[in-house]
Amino acid sequence: MIAISLKNLDVSYGTTKVVEGANFDVAEGESFALVGESGSGKSTILKAIAGLAPDWTGEISVLGERRGHGVDHAFATRCQMVFQDPYGSLHPRKSVDQVLSEPLKIHGLGNRDQRVEEMLAAVGLDRRFRYRYPHQLSGGQRQRVAIARALMLEPKVMLLDEPTSALDVSVQAEILNLLKKLRREQGLTYLMVTHNLPVVSFMCDRMAVMNKGRIVEIAPASALHDGSFSDPYTQSLYAASGGNPDRKD
Amino acid sequence: MTSEKTQAPLLDLQNLRVSFPTPKGRVDVVKGLSFTLGRERLGIVGESGSGKSMTGRAILRLIRRPGVQQADRILFDGIDLQSLSERKMRDLRGARISMIMQDPKFSLNPVMTIGDQIAEALKTHERLARSAVKSRVLEMLHAVRINDPERVVTLYPHEVSGGMGQRIMIAMMLIPRPDLLIADEPTSALDVSVQAQVLDLIDELVREKGMGLILISHDLNLVARYCDRILVMHAGQVVESCAAADLHKATHPYTRGLLAAVPRMEETRDELPVLDRSTWSGT
Amino acid sequence: MTMTDWLLADSPSSRLQASLGNGYRMLRMLMRNPLTVIGALILLALILAAMFAPWIAPHSPLGQNLGQRLLPPSAEHWMGTDELGRDIFSRVIYGARITLLIVALVAVISAPLGLLIGAISGYFGGWVDKVMMGITDVFLSMPKLILALAFVAALGPGIENAIIAIAITSWPAYARIARAETLTFRNSEFISAMRLLGASHTRIIVGHVLPLCTSSMIVRVTLDMAGIILTAAGLGFLGLGAQPPLPEWGAMISRGRAFILDQWWVATMPGFAIIIVSLGFCLLGDGLRDVLDPKQGGKS
Repeated sequence: MIAISLKNLDVSYGTTKVVEGANFDVAEGESFALVGESGSGKSTILKAIAGLAPDWTGEISVLGERRGHGVDHAFATRCQMVFQDPYGSLHPRKSVDQVLSEPLKIHGLGNRDQRVEEMLAAVGLDRRFRYRYPHQLSGGQRQRVAIARALMLEPKVMLLDEPTSALDVSVQAEILNLLKKLRREQGLTYLMVTHNLPVVSFMCDRMAVMNKGRIVEIAPASALHDGSFSDPYTQSLYAASGGNPDRKD
Repeated sequence: MTSEKTQAPLLDLQNLRVSFPTPKGRVDVVKGLSFTLGRERLGIVGESGSGKSMTGRAILRLIRRPGVQQADRILFDGIDLQSLSERKMRDLRGARISMIMQDPKFSLNPVMTIGDQIAEALKTHERLARSAVKSRVLEMLHAVRINDPERVVTLYPHEVSGGMGQRIMIAMMLIPRPDLLIADEPTSALDVSVQAQVLDLIDELVREKGMGLILISHDLNLVARYCDRILVMHAGQVVESCAAADLHKATHPYTRGLLAAVPRMEETRDELPVLDRSTWSGT
Repeated sequence: MTMTDWLLADSPSSRLQASLGNGYRMLRMLMRNPLTVIGALILLALILAAMFAPWIAPHSPLGQNLGQRLLPPSAEHWMGTDELGRDIFSRVIYGARITLLIVALVAVISAPLGLLIGAISGYFGGWVDKVMMGITDVFLSMPKLILALAFVAALGPGIENAIIAIAITSWPAYARIARAETLTFRNSEFISAMRLLGASHTRIIVGHVLPLCTSSMIVRVTLDMAGIILTAAGLGFLGLGAQPPLPEWGAMISRGRAFILDQWWVATMPGFAIIIVSLGFCLLGDGLRDVLDPKQGGKS
């Protein structure tokens, strides 16, 4: 089954088109990366799928259902998002417990106490963090809370917007391991935006490379091992990221 | 660069400490750091909170209160920086030691044209005729590979891209011809392709002018590529000091852990090794 | 484990402990500033005076004694007596009730109103913002006292109408602040995250936007209290606020004006009360700002 499908997606902010003619399908259970430099429109695609960039034309389907242009209640239980900045994605005045209970309250789900405890364990946070506030947590711990919040409603599709780019390398490794473990355990589908090719190599099965709002190439992540890309932009990005050092310019 | 080792070092730093007050008493963020630097390229690597940025600032005596810095010795080219008056220190900053910060957006004055800002940096340290200033500015912008300097000097900071902004910062910092350049995460706000261009540029200018460079970054591989020597900092202390070429032979478990935790382009591992922080926390 | 340890624990074990701990930390920060403590003490004294007025005041605030009119301060009458022989000290103490009533009601009416309008306006933006801020600007552009005068003139003089008039004229400033505050985080990721979780706009505004605006609002309201007291006193002075024989401070000054050259205490004593209470609110407001709203505070 196809988890995410985009057909001829154009997204604009005001009068400028940020994404033009994006087409790809992500299979259920797959981990798919959107790669590109800043301004390439990769985050915008994620926002359009989530409903945060409503000014788009084309077709977006998630788990076989056509997406509307806004945010809706039922969609929330199927698809969630993790943001880039662990410092901006948590409400500064709410404790971890409040952050994790909120999605359950919104959807009227019971047994909150136990669910929160279980989720904390699943993302590797000790119970003593439960009543702490964001300012008492490190960047990595905050990102674990953000991941836990996204998983509270047991979605099948996760949109990851540069989930580790604001973190230190050692913490990045922990979060990447966690994301990989969660995907395996819960059978999640990932659509991940990143500019870091080695992270794609570790996390993803396939990747789409974007440049100036267009997808220039879709390739398997294994192409990163030998640099077998057909598009010149992808090749230059690959070289700049430290792949195939003899090609460095 | 090894041939110049016989001269007196450009920078000699002994037992530097930087501390900040917290509700639980003063905490040292840099705990007794010592190194000497010739006209070479030194990399300081560490994660956030390791004290690497504070080290860079302390050399320029830019630690803001309530932070306090002290050291047994900070000698720059034979000058004792600690006993220098604040006025003399100001003359030295920029003219002989320059610093490039992380994000050009916050370092450039938004209401001044780029040309004026670079000229300002030059005029505060040297007296020059107006035409000489203009030609030096254009020459410098040309040196940082800006194609049409005549147009760029009339622009305001918000009209240029991040990569160009950082190149302008570099031009501003290098125009008074300093002896030592401190670059604190100069490229982490930039895209990978621009990153390489900016670092290549810094590298080329440093080599050409025979300056000393301190490159502060969290990225081990990047520092290894652009420096001669590397200091790895953790929790305010240097845990490893080695030649850049020997980085992969690093012995300290922290350095090894950091190296292993970085995903590789041809990744085949199923799980990334995670730092076990308990093993060296005693050191 | 002592009480303090329990309150300051790094990893609280229940919701209650976490919020109590937060409150305790804030209180400790407040208490570090001596001026804030002075302000808090002044307000505490005001509240106590209002609560226990019948026990504190030595005489009736309304009882006239024409044989003892316009006596200077003495052991019997600490602040002297007025032109009808009423004990000024007793009247000042009872006046605390009226002042407190005005201050509390104005805060209860205008702060939530301003907060809600500002938050809605900032959160939705677009035409909602334009319309609401347009209305706010109309109110904001009129001088406070004049507008209050117009309202009182329309509604008739009296303490209730004075309160309504002051409340109606003071909310626009709060709406502006709440809107500005909301704009700084309306596009932040934690709000987006809530939208994606399926939360309704009402839920986001009430549960997530308002709590972030309240701290700057508390600070602002506290600082404005001095102005509100002065406006109330001004209305009283002009004869449009509290009506005689109610011991409202502004009205007392107004009456004392006739004797200001020969019997200075009649106008001066309630004047002191106004100054001290205003000062108390200002000091407390400054302290609160340093704790609740560090980005605007003078000290870093």
